[in-house]
Amino acid sequence: MVIDKIKKRNVDNGQVKSKVDIPIGKWVKCDKCKEILYKENLHKNFGVCPKCNNNFRLSSRRRIEQIIDEGTFKEFNLKIETTNPINFPGYKEKLKALKAKTNIDEAVKCGIGEINSEKVVICVMDGNFVMGSMGSVVGEKITYSIEKAIKLKLPIIIFCVSGGARMQEGIISLMQMAKTSAAVAKLHKAGNLYISVLTDPTYGGVTASFAMLGDIILAEPGARIGFAGPSVIKQTISQELPEGFQTAEFMLEKGFVDKIVERKEMKDILYKLILLNK
Amino acid sequence: MKEKKVTAWDRVKIARDSKRPTSLDYIENIFDEFIELHGDRYFSDDKAMVCGLARIGEMNFTVIAEQKGRTTRENIERNFGMPNPESYRKSLRFMKQAEKFHRPIITFIDTKGAYPGIGAEERGQGESIARNLMEMSDLKTPIIVVVIGEGSSGGALAIGVGDQILMLENAIYSILSPEGYATILWKDASKAKEAAEIMKLTAKDLYDLKVIDKIIKEPEGGAQKDVKHTSEQIKKEILKSVKELNKKTVSDLVNDRYNKFRDMGEYAKVK
Repeated sequence: MVIDKIKKRNVDNGQVKSKVDIPIGKWVKCDKCKEILYKENLHKNFGVCPKCNNNFRLSSRRRIEQIIDEGTFKEFNLKIETTNPINFPGYKEKLKALKAKTNIDEAVKCGIGEINSEKVVICVMDGNFVMGSMGSVVGEKITYSIEKAIKLKLPIIIFCVSGGARMQEGIISLMQMAKTSAAVAKLHKAGNLYISVLTDPTYGGVTASFAMLGDIILAEPGARIGFAGPSVIKQTISQELPEGFQTAEFMLEKGFVDKIVERKEMKDILYKLILLNK
Repeated sequence: MKEKKVTAWDRVKIARDSKRPTSLDYIENIFDEFIELHGDRYFSDDKAMVCGLARIGEMNFTVIAEQKGRTTRENIERNFGMPNPESYRKSLRFMKQAEKFHRPIITFIDTKGAYPGIGAEERGQGESIARNLMEMSDLKTPIIVVVIGEGSSGGALAIGVGDQILMLENAIYSILSPEGYATILWKDASKAKEAAEIMKLTAKDLYDLKVIDKIIKEPEGGAQKDVKHTSEQIKKEILKSVKELNKKTVSDLVNDRYNKFRDMGEYAKVK
């Protein structure tokens, strides 16, 4: 991969093990505090700005590295691929270009892995792919993973990041909300633990389905979480939105999130919650 | 021949016509008796959703219905048929009751979407919809859904997880309103008409996509031309559906409902 080669040339000590997926080069600027950060330091700090604590968006691959014991992740191979159910103009081309650019094939990665040797099913959404939106393939992969967790009697953890339902798949995307929520109902009946982790941003049809149905709902600091997007609300009510509206902290205060967890503590907290639910 | 001339956008306009019958019009005409009951027991009674007990002959039903107003005053009272979380929690309360007393549930969908307001977000609009989807998928009593006007977004689906999905010929059912769709995809709400044509939101489209089970014919010019006749057609289909669904054991009913939604989605198999 081209990005890989460029990256390797840029790293002096050659110690980097994995691909870098935010801008090419050694340095990156924090969106929030504008600080210029050395990328390796940023990655060592879990993708969190050391200066202002801003959480950079993580790819699904990097998220799995942070949460799952090295070498234990096995991705489910469903052998399915996104089509164009409502023949939305340009959708196929858009997907093709995105696949080439991001080197992932859909907005969620699912599989089995271990957290401090505790086996779990894990699904990690990826905001780099059509805003992490849920179409048929995302719906199927989440549902399959939930059913797999039931079958294997394992806890399931879902990291959410999503703009909502995938517009380009129309009503079929909407139905994925019912499909995934029905699977969660089955999971709860079977007695499996489900931890949902909300990351920036989690909106729309994902919030209004599996994201909000965990036994335990965690969130990353500052993550924007809601059903309707802020611009839609602003337009509807013609007034400014209050400070801190729809943040993880707001959701905690309103009673819709169990706990806000810093990225560097996420693995440890997940591990403890799994033990406490055994 | 005539069919072909009606565009998707025409249907959108018919579905939104201010004279189009609302849920309460149908309820009045379909059921011999109806008593509305109020409140979610947590916060308030949201009038964008009407819930109650109804009867046809000897048969009892729980009715859950999104309710638009027909006048400006009514619409303000009903929040233009856009539910807040209390609506969904109220509907779930009555659906659970229906399960307890083994009554079939009839839901009527007619909304532009769940209300996008500050209070709605503060009180968990997303959570309330998610919970309905989850609970409905496993309710141990028949659920019949009728899409009568506009069915937009999760706000419609939140009372739409049923065993039999019926839809009036001129109703629409979609991921979002055409205006919202055009705004998200092309940053231009005025392209709603174009959006409507590609969204696959008509009854015929949804039947072909297997999202709905049955299209109910409307009189020429739309349901508003003859509410009584349209109600009769809906009633006939409801009774037919109940009869079929009552033949199933509870576990078959719930399994079939699960598989109905489990099978939704389109993707290709790769080798």
